[in-house]
Amino acid sequence: MTDTTRVIPDRLQSPLQRRVKSWESLLLAVAVAIFIVNSFMSPYFLNAWNLSDMTFNFTEKAMIAFAMALLIIAGEIDLSVASIIALASTAMGAAVQVGVGTPGLVLIGLGVGLLCGAFNGVLVTRLGLPSIVVTIGTMSLFRGISYIVLGDQAYRGYPADFAFFGQGYVFWVISFELVLFAVLALIYFVLLHKTNFGRAVYAIGNNPVGAEFSGIRVARVKFILFLLTGLMSGVAAICLTSRLASTRPSIAVGWELEIVTMVVLGGVSILGGAGSIPGVVIAAFVMGLVTFGLGLLNVPGIVMSIVIGALLIGVIALPRLWDKWRAHAAKG
Amino acid sequence: MSRHVLMSREVLLSGAILVLLALIASRFPAFITPANLANVFNDTAPLILLAIGQMIVILTRCIDLSVAANLALTGMVVAMINVALPGLPVPVIIACAIGIGALLGMFNGILVWKLEIPPIVVTLGTMTIFRGTIFLLSDGQWVNSHELSDPFKAFPRAEFLGLPVMSWITIAAVLFFSLVMSRTTLGRAFYAAGGNPHAATYAGIDVGKTQFWAFTISGALAGLTGYLWVSRFAVAFVDLAGGFELNVVAACVIGGVAIMGGIGTVAGAMLGALFLGIIGNALPVVDISPFWQLAISGAAIIIAVALNTQANRTKGRIILKRAEHAS
Amino acid sequence: MLMQADHMPSTSGTQGTQGDIPVLALNGVTKTFPGVTALSQVSLQLFAGKVTALIGENGAGKSTVVKILTGIYQPDGGTLEVDGASVRFATAQAAGDAGVTAIHQETVLFDELSVAENIFLGHAPRGRFGLIDTNAMIERAREILAGIGANIDPRTRLRDLGIASKHLVAIARALSIDARVVIMDEPTAALSQKEIEELYELVETLKAQGKAILFISHKFDEIFRIADNYTVFRDGALVGSGAIADVTEAEVVKMMVGRDVSQIFPDRERNIGAQILVVDGYEHPTEFAEISFTLRRGEILGFYGLVGAGRSELMQALFGITRPSGGTVLIDAEPVTIRSPADAVAKGIVYVPEDRGTQGAITALPIFQNVTLPSLGRTSRNGFLQLAEEFRLAREYTRRLDLRAASLDTTVGNLSGGNQQKVVIAKWLATQPKVIILDEPTKGIDIGSKAAVHDFMAELAAQGLAVIMVSSEIPEVLGMSDRVIVMREGLIAAELTGDALTPETLVRHAAGI
Repeated sequence: MTDTTRVIPDRLQSPLQRRVKSWESLLLAVAVAIFIVNSFMSPYFLNAWNLSDMTFNFTEKAMIAFAMALLIIAGEIDLSVASIIALASTAMGAAVQVGVGTPGLVLIGLGVGLLCGAFNGVLVTRLGLPSIVVTIGTMSLFRGISYIVLGDQAYRGYPADFAFFGQGYVFWVISFELVLFAVLALIYFVLLHKTNFGRAVYAIGNNPVGAEFSGIRVARVKFILFLLTGLMSGVAAICLTSRLASTRPSIAVGWELEIVTMVVLGGVSILGGAGSIPGVVIAAFVMGLVTFGLGLLNVPGIVMSIVIGALLIGVIALPRLWDKWRAHAAKG
Repeated sequence: MSRHVLMSREVLLSGAILVLLALIASRFPAFITPANLANVFNDTAPLILLAIGQMIVILTRCIDLSVAANLALTGMVVAMINVALPGLPVPVIIACAIGIGALLGMFNGILVWKLEIPPIVVTLGTMTIFRGTIFLLSDGQWVNSHELSDPFKAFPRAEFLGLPVMSWITIAAVLFFSLVMSRTTLGRAFYAAGGNPHAATYAGIDVGKTQFWAFTISGALAGLTGYLWVSRFAVAFVDLAGGFELNVVAACVIGGVAIMGGIGTVAGAMLGALFLGIIGNALPVVDISPFWQLAISGAAIIIAVALNTQANRTKGRIILKRAEHAS
Repeated sequence: MLMQADHMPSTSGTQGTQGDIPVLALNGVTKTFPGVTALSQVSLQLFAGKVTALIGENGAGKSTVVKILTGIYQPDGGTLEVDGASVRFATAQAAGDAGVTAIHQETVLFDELSVAENIFLGHAPRGRFGLIDTNAMIERAREILAGIGANIDPRTRLRDLGIASKHLVAIARALSIDARVVIMDEPTAALSQKEIEELYELVETLKAQGKAILFISHKFDEIFRIADNYTVFRDGALVGSGAIADVTEAEVVKMMVGRDVSQIFPDRERNIGAQILVVDGYEHPTEFAEISFTLRRGEILGFYGLVGAGRSELMQALFGITRPSGGTVLIDAEPVTIRSPADAVAKGIVYVPEDRGTQGAITALPIFQNVTLPSLGRTSRNGFLQLAEEFRLAREYTRRLDLRAASLDTTVGNLSGGNQQKVVIAKWLATQPKVIILDEPTKGIDIGSKAAVHDFMAELAAQGLAVIMVSSEIPEVLGMSDRVIVMREGLIAAELTGDALTPETLVRHAAGI
């Protein structure tokens, strides 16, 4: 090699090194700490069935959080997800009244989810409207339709075999939902981190103009992400409806904010461009563990929200405070 | 000419409201009697107050999702103060409410200003923290009507020149903030910081600090509304005004406030709130199930944002001379 | 002799008489950013009643100086002096309080505020209760605007004004502050000839009022017409300063570029092949019309024109960013329809944009991901990423461009402007295009990288690639192009080759004289 053709190394830091220093490891440490504290605080914590029950705290939300993570990384957001659950659940409930069986219900749940996602996607990518406002609107619209259909009534009478999605166990304490959660985590991990599509998502989130100028079909990618988020809301609607065995228009109310919290806690930048699926998976466990652990100690759910809220702000604020303090110390 | 353009957004919305009122009146004329309209205005007062604060926050390219939780927390605190010290005069209570609300808003503002955490994350977090704090303070118990002192409950309902005090406070707030927004340097800074933060910095405006004051104002208004809400309904509890933050954002969007910042007026926010308030009050009157309200406001938000976005689309530079002449 | 000295107005004519204290001065100021030294030990003096021209190529550090003088940036080393006393402008407010104001596109641009509010933002006249006195504000705005001959209603919303009017508003703002130092950053770039004349008169007025003026411009005619002193920067360093009367244009150009202009450009063998691109009757409702030209393999076709002549808009239409309203495009004699950049890339047309930071590179992503972004279809298998393939491709093309970086995993934002540009070019070469469009390819990059980009363009053409180069730098246009199309106001003004290619013809056609 002559000095004019200097070789630039591919990497200076191995992926492993990078991983050790990452947000995910910090979050994992938090999760482990909460797990240990919980197991000391309550004798009921380290019980397989209790832990299995714990997973229901987050599995349905996490399914949506995976798709939401991609959407937020791409610089958009969908606040209508919980309302899509309500609408999909209402549609399934209505179908039950006319005797539709479980396969039909599943198709209806997924179909309504996709339609709602497509509606959001068209408004954002075709009309160029800001997604935060569009989905605040559809959040009211979708749940509003549920209220128009159901009012203060509820749908019940779901077929017996429909119960499997939300109440069934695949093996011992391993629920169907937990398996589905794991499978979806894997699928979204591959999609975001191992495919061209995932690379496009990051590129768009970091610089949508630059991505467009690099030959990426930005509108198409974003539309697909809205479809996926709608679809996942449909999946979650099936699981939740099956678990509750009933549909009210107030189903899953407020979930959108918990899901966004889960995504942001998982290290996804709300400004887009950065984040990972493992982070979201760990964040799901952290939120589940906190809720469950405090629940065992008879701390009511609303107080847990303080912990979640403080975590959300704290995990972002503390590193910045630390940087500021270090910069200050370096100067002075 | 340009004055007309400036006004058109509000004029358009006023027109829409008049059409709405005419439609309702065609089926139920009693709805547009002055007494009933005053009632509707009074019912919408909390939404108007919060929408003004939210408008200012959105102007600076932020969003405050914690307003309803702030309202509930401040409402609970002043209710408990009233229970503990029934003799405390109402003006002191109001000052407390505004002060506590402003402090909670400042907390949001500090995180946005000094640590540059995205506002949506900050207020999502404080929203849950505020709600949880209400539970800690109240132990999950309600503060009920019989525990509250009579002056505490009577104040917003007291009538003055035919309107309840609550309405007068709202009118005063609308006038006051119209003045602040158009006639003070801080008001202009809100527009500048959101309209073009980069240029604002060149003009010597500290964008972060401006956002801090926006959150403080939003918080103060939420605190004031907290007292009014609790005293009017004579009850305070954890889930008070749950989910109301989204109505507030909706009122702003319908009122022509651009979510990207820099565009919006107090009048617009008020009209947006009134639009939602009229629909809410009219549905039972015209015999449509109130369950329609949510879907209608959702559709209104989407239509409003679509119209706003079209109206605000900036024209590109015209290079061709002939195109310039043609346009 | 003494008599004679007494009669001399001031020794060197204009460089501030001996003992004159500059109103504002930079002494040995240094400013660094991650990976780049923007300014290194530069000095600059501004005197009352004098116009000092700050001259330098793009990327020489002029905008950094403006940001330091206006308190947006703080220097890492050196001092700032007002009337000979050391000061610190911690904020833009502090600079404003010291009487320093800048007029450039970014100074006042609040589309939603009225003209009067834009002029008085931050220092509006106050009336009762400390409220802004709207009437007084409008009245004073009207006076100031009338004073500079601007016929603008102060109550107009800024968004309803054209660019030239906005500029006048910016100048009115500077006057409203009662500034001692006025910085004008390319004030004539967007103005018509008549408006430019008015601006010159305005500058004379300001001078007569004893204001110190820093005038930044690329146009030598105006520098030599209105400036008293000059300061030349090159690559963030001071290379010369003095009275404008003591230098010639050629000397200033030499200081600016650091060598004789004729030596910069590579000799290249012209190897022009078959026609590859034919554009016929191409038009857009507002940007350009009647655009017809052809391009051959191995050819470098220059597009010259003033800023805003519609060149970039035309190129972005060819690249599928904007939709043309008529005309045809043929590639290899095949008619093509290009609706998006993705289509353009698929057809073999690629575009290196002028705005590197937002359009060219995804600065937060690593080098290798930027390079492979449009080529992922080739480096991946069934849509799944193959990192080894990506690194192979990125290594190949970054080596060809002699990219300097710590690793291929380095984020592009940490590279210098020149190396960022190399990443963008590498990205497109990796797609193996037929036509490459380079929009101001050397704007804002250092001399060394500039030469590398020029060499590389020559090499590409020699290999048979068809190159379109949009450039506003006359030496570059003349030095690189086989043929030049001059655009003016969205139309093709001239197509020049051979002996017709002179600086004079280019400028004449571009300006329409």
